Amino acid sequence: MDLFTLVSLILIIAMLIAAVVAAEIKDLLSAAIAMGIVSLIVSILFYILQAPDVAITEASIGAGLSLAIMIFAIKHTERWEK
Amino acid sequence: MKRILGGVIAVLIFIVLALAFMHIPFGNIDLAEYHYYNPVDNEHTQDSVPQHYLDEGKKETGSTNIVTAVVVDYRGFDTLGEVTVLFLASTGVGSVMYIFEKEKRRKVRRANAVVETASKLLFGFIILFGAYIFVHGHLTPGGGFPGGAVIASSFLLLYLAYPRFHAEHKSLNVAESLAGLTFVGVGILGLFLAGYFLYNFLPFGLPTYLFSAGVIPVIYVAVGVKVGSELTGIVDAMMGVRE
Repeated sequence: MDLFTLVSLILIIAMLIAAVVAAEIKDLLSAAIAMGIVSLIVSILFYILQAPDVAITEASIGAGLSLAIMIFAIKHTERWEK
Repeated sequence: MKRILGGVIAVLIFIVLALAFMHIPFGNIDLAEYHYYNPVDNEHTQDSVPQHYLDEGKKETGSTNIVTAVVVDYRGFDTLGEVTVLFLASTGVGSVMYIFEKEKRRKVRRANAVVETASKLLFGFIILFGAYIFVHGHLTPGGGFPGGAVIASSFLLLYLAYPRFHAEHKSLNVAESLAGLTFVGVGILGLFLAGYFLYNFLPFGLPTYLFSAGVIPVIYVAVGVKVGSELTGIVDAMMGVRE
């Protein structure tokens, strides 16, 4: 197994864990942060798959704008899922 | 019961997707094995459309970045539609979320001095980076959409650091409208000069230089300004909900 496969595998497993956490956890703020982590890892994967332009867009929109908007929505509603 | 059913459906969807993706070649494939149908000459050829873009793209559009050549030149009309979709989305968010400003000054907690100073310093650099991305869209990876998103994230930084900060609605709208008009105007100019909408009528210049690729940089600067002001408007509508 070469380095590229190993790094991709570690990133993909971390991304899957973050996605499951985002779906299952009762704390909505942590769920939003976990979704941000998913976008961040996706953007790193785009970068190592040689799509830097998509990586820039994913990092700024997925990990930046949508995360901030979601946290703002949580701030105006409730933090804990019932 | 619901959870089990959901799990079964998820596994089924995964299996179907895996079966579908099994036949899609990934990475280096031998293109000589594949035959493509060419509807113009009504024959099967070895030359695929992606191969044509890679071989002839630089010559036909003058753009060093082939992704930009496809997005702005070959598929320029699609990009106009994409920008229109984003404009409608931003208008919808603005009309749903906009609440008239009340003159009631509520207590807001200020961020600490480190955050305020750092975001004030970084703001200009992030805007500069966004502008760099869309000005060099035809030379380096990136383009109007990533550049606009980076510019919007710089405004987001100011919204987070200063709870009272609000972008000027008027100047955002003026920038957005002018950028959209530039895009459509360049397209119509091509229609008048050469007979095709969005025809690349300016001289191509030398490849890898900033002033090259004809109208592609003009369109990408317009797209960058438009996307940046639209996303900033969305952030403003979301963050600026006044109570």
